[in-house]
Amino acid sequence: MKATTLEIDDILERYPKQPQHLISLLQDVQAEYKYISPEHLALICDHVGVPLTQAWAVATFYKSFSLEPRGEHEIKVCLGTTCHLKGGGRLVEACERDLAVARGHTTEDLRFTLDTVKCVGACALAPVVMIDEDYLGAASIPSLQKRLEKL
Amino acid sequence: MERIKSAAQLAGLQKKLLKAQDPKRPVVRVCLGPGCLAQGAAMVSQAFKSTIKAKKLRAKVQPLIKETGCHGFCSQGTLVSLSPADLFYVRVKPEDVEEIVEASLVKGQVVERLLYSDNGARYKSAAEIPFYKMQQKIILKNVGIIDPLKIDDALMAGAYQSFAKALTQMSPEDIINTVSLSGLRGRGGGGFPTGRKWRRAADIARENPGPVYIIGNGEEGDPGAFMDRAIMEGDPHAVLEGMIIGAYALGANKGFLYVRHEYPIAIRHLSIAIEQARSLGLLGQNILGTGFDFDLQINRGAGAYVCGEETAIIASLEGRVGEPITRPPYPAQQGLWNRPTIINNVETWANVPHIIDKGAKWYTDLGVPYSTGTKIFSLVGKVKNSGLVEVPMGVTLGRIVEEIGGGVPGQERFKAVQTGGPSGGIIPYEFKDLPPADMKPARVGLSAPVPISELKKLPVDFDSMAQTGSIMGGGGMIVMDNRDCVVDVARYFLRFLQEESCGKCLPCRLGLKGMQEFLDKFSRGQGSVEDIDELKSLAQAVGDGSLCGLGGTAPNPVLTSIRYFRDEYLAHIKDHKCPAGVCKDLIIYRVDPKTCNGCTLCVRNCPQDCISGRKKKPHTINNAACIRCGACMDVCPVGAVIVE
Amino acid sequence: MSPKKKKTDDLINFTIDGQPVQARPGWTILETAEQYHIHIPTLCFHPAVKPWGGCRLCVVEVRYGKRGKVMPSCLNPPLAKLEVFTHSERVLNVRRWVLEMLLADCPASKEIRDLAREYGVTATRFTITDPEEECLRCGRCVAVCNEVVGVQALTFGSRGVNKQLDTPYRVPNNACVACGCCVTVCPTGAMSTRLDLVRGDVSRRTGHGFAH
Ligand SMILES: Cc1cc2nc3c(=O)[nH]c(=O)nc-3n(C[C@H](O)[C@H](O)[C@H](O)COP(=O)(O)O)c2cc1C
Ligand code: SF4
Ligand code: FES
Ligand code: FES
Ligand code: FES
Repeated sequence: MKATTLEIDDILERYPKQPQHLISLLQDVQAEYKYISPEHLALICDHVGVPLTQAWAVATFYKSFSLEPRGEHEIKVCLGTTCHLKGGGRLVEACERDLAVARGHTTEDLRFTLDTVKCVGACALAPVVMIDEDYLGAASIPSLQKRLEKL
Repeated sequence: MERIKSAAQLAGLQKKLLKAQDPKRPVVRVCLGPGCLAQGAAMVSQAFKSTIKAKKLRAKVQPLIKETGCHGFCSQGTLVSLSPADLFYVRVKPEDVEEIVEASLVKGQVVERLLYSDNGARYKSAAEIPFYKMQQKIILKNVGIIDPLKIDDALMAGAYQSFAKALTQMSPEDIINTVSLSGLRGRGGGGFPTGRKWRRAADIARENPGPVYIIGNGEEGDPGAFMDRAIMEGDPHAVLEGMIIGAYALGANKGFLYVRHEYPIAIRHLSIAIEQARSLGLLGQNILGTGFDFDLQINRGAGAYVCGEETAIIASLEGRVGEPITRPPYPAQQGLWNRPTIINNVETWANVPHIIDKGAKWYTDLGVPYSTGTKIFSLVGKVKNSGLVEVPMGVTLGRIVEEIGGGVPGQERFKAVQTGGPSGGIIPYEFKDLPPADMKPARVGLSAPVPISELKKLPVDFDSMAQTGSIMGGGGMIVMDNRDCVVDVARYFLRFLQEESCGKCLPCRLGLKGMQEFLDKFSRGQGSVEDIDELKSLAQAVGDGSLCGLGGTAPNPVLTSIRYFRDEYLAHIKDHKCPAGVCKDLIIYRVDPKTCNGCTLCVRNCPQDCISGRKKKPHTINNAACIRCGACMDVCPVGAVIVE
Repeated sequence: MSPKKKKTDDLINFTIDGQPVQARPGWTILETAEQYHIHIPTLCFHPAVKPWGGCRLCVVEVRYGKRGKVMPSCLNPPLAKLEVFTHSERVLNVRRWVLEMLLADCPASKEIRDLAREYGVTATRFTITDPEEECLRCGRCVAVCNEVVGVQALTFGSRGVNKQLDTPYRVPNNACVACGCCVTVCPTGAMSTRLDLVRGDVSRRTGHGFAH
């Protein structure tokens, strides 16, 4: 994790006070804090001028927002068509067993969040796992385990 | 950088840049596309930089390292190409870099072991490799060649020439006419004629003056497709140029690029490209001194496949939940903030500069009568050469899969090809011409159905693909072999769509789940033959009743798989067997005692501790405890674990 | 041309189930059918709010020339010479499947059961996840609160199969003015059991949608 985090006000300042910037603001806050806290959600609503209900609907509709803190490392197993055919499903199951966490959830020690994605656009190397910003191509259960041990 | 104020100045800048370039200077192009990144391309590029620095190469050979977009041949990554020597190295690892620098850059020799070889032949240059030889790169021409972060590089490759021509020599009407005559059809999946869409919007905008918006659809939600990603990452200026030309033709002053957030590199490259275009005055006010103002903004998708749908993108751009609404009114009539809005896929936009540059006639000469131009496909799955393939429309499927793709490794033929993602279908190798009653009329109704004798000969164009019950879609082409189960694939798509459906309308929200319940039964070996017909009837209801294209096309994978693979369904239901060995409830894992060398790797990796056997002795799996996770199969060094 | 003549010129002539009908400009197919007492079932349509097009029970098959298409009648205006069929095979197929699936989705609703019976659907083959469920996510309550009351006290949260009626953080919302409009428009009565999930402390209500 980064040592310093930006102040919420600095993020709000990036966008004019218009409803159309709701999603961009949520994304920036999500990127900075890895989740959207109730306080931040309220501040964003005030800034762009939308009711909390709309922000709530948006934050729960789109998959990239999280209303709970996420883990230090994000493991995203690709379950796009190609990765599915090449055994991506078995990789998620292996992660679920090894990390003792269900997909879409975070380990109790907040070390890992396990998630699935639908195609990261590296299908030629399927199955693909993204570990934070890095791609692991042609992944297998052993190669994935080795990579996770290094973290 | 100085703002460019006229077309002449732009041409001057390009000339100046080309002149300043030293054609003899060695250029090392390292592919930093998604496939190569997944194979460690970033480290290869780093190695080049540090090796060259460490070696302090004499000024004469001071090479230029270019980090480029996808070269196309992703399965061979990391790819490195050298010019002017015209060498093409595959599977380059960081440890190979020293040798490449020493041999090829300093001594001018070839590192034989890094060349691509196939069937005993070695290929020095990319152009000779069959995978590339049969392609015709127009949209991808600069992808993998230029440095996408340098506008100078794009300008030298001819970027913004069409833009200058359009703005200074053509009227908006001329542009719309040219695009109409070119026959360009939308690359986002629907295949709607772009010229017709633009004309409609232009007419509406004329009748009620006010702002007009344009949107570049870079959501690329279809799993298994990455052509749009390659364009956005590898040649972002091509998308901008197309959009500026379109904006000028349509009288739009504001454009949006909607890019999915899973593509952070595409977002970065496009943002940089926009900044560069702005500072050169190619975006902004009074562009090229013509009085035309236009600016572009990037919006990131937030993780919703349905936000590739036009009305959902609009909702998302307005800061709302991405729920589609009924059309009409079409976005061209009432789109963003109720104003006429034109949405095109980014590949569609990237076609526009070429049409303006070389003319409608040149474009229609590519491809076939009602599907003109080239199309990029992402050829993936069980195929030897996977990657991006750009071919003229109408090339046969056999040519793409077997000649360019090299067929299925180790198997004589492929089993099926899945095209069009979750909206498309699964078409079998044995595809024969359909009885006329089964033929779906082509979507736009332009060309008459042509009988086709086998799938290999199926011309890949919008209308021929539609006849099969599938669609061409965005360009994903997933090759399946006989280890892939169609019931499983149909189930997979339904699960995918359930997670992605917005949930607004009942046929989609409930129907996808309902269809999956049927397929779940089949995959467990349950259900009856009548259930297959019931499923077809439900699929029809979902297709007819759904609000948007997501639910509307969701039955396609199910219906095509039933139509072409009924026997495979029956094998599940009647014989309780999954012929491909995929459906977990119908298979068992077994260790082949002849192959097993007793290395105990599987024993140590089995999460259920259900494999027994002593060192150096064949092992056995206790099937009662086995959860069919496949861990043993993955670790077995000799391939002794088999599925039955 | 007299003004009166002009008026009839604007009328749209088409047929519903073979019967010639006339629609005023701006009418939908559903509205026209109602004028002629032709019954088309609806669940999400409510005259007080804008049509949303979610339930798809109101679908009809339209034929225009050779092309046939199934579309919701609550959202689509008729075109001259259109042939509309309210009970064609394709239409009934959509309605029957939707109703059978609704029986599994909101099994506790008597209204749904009655409607299903009209279409000969009395049992469901689909999995019932919650036997107490009555809400079919038709969106009337959300729309009335937003469009008519103007407070946006409730909304839909999540998406797809998980779509549900929500308030922010699933706690009662102080924006709610306790007017009960949502209960009135609910087609199944699901809202009456949920009102307390939405209605907060009325003494603290702010009367507009911006309370947090
Ligand atoms: C559920 C759904 C998802 C879609 N996803 C995409 C997408 O990811 N990319 C895209 O370009 N078009 C997508 N489309 C098609 C768009 O709605 C639209 O037709 C297209 O962007 C128009 O551009 P074109 O005419 O250039 O193809 C999708 C459509 C539907 C119904
Ligand atoms: S078809 Fe599916 S995605 Fe489209 S509006 Fe209906 S529920 Fe939403
Ligand atoms: S399917 Fe996994 S990267 Fe495309
Ligand atoms: S990513 Fe390098 S060739 Fe496609
Ligand atoms: S009444 Fe028309 S869709 Fe529900």
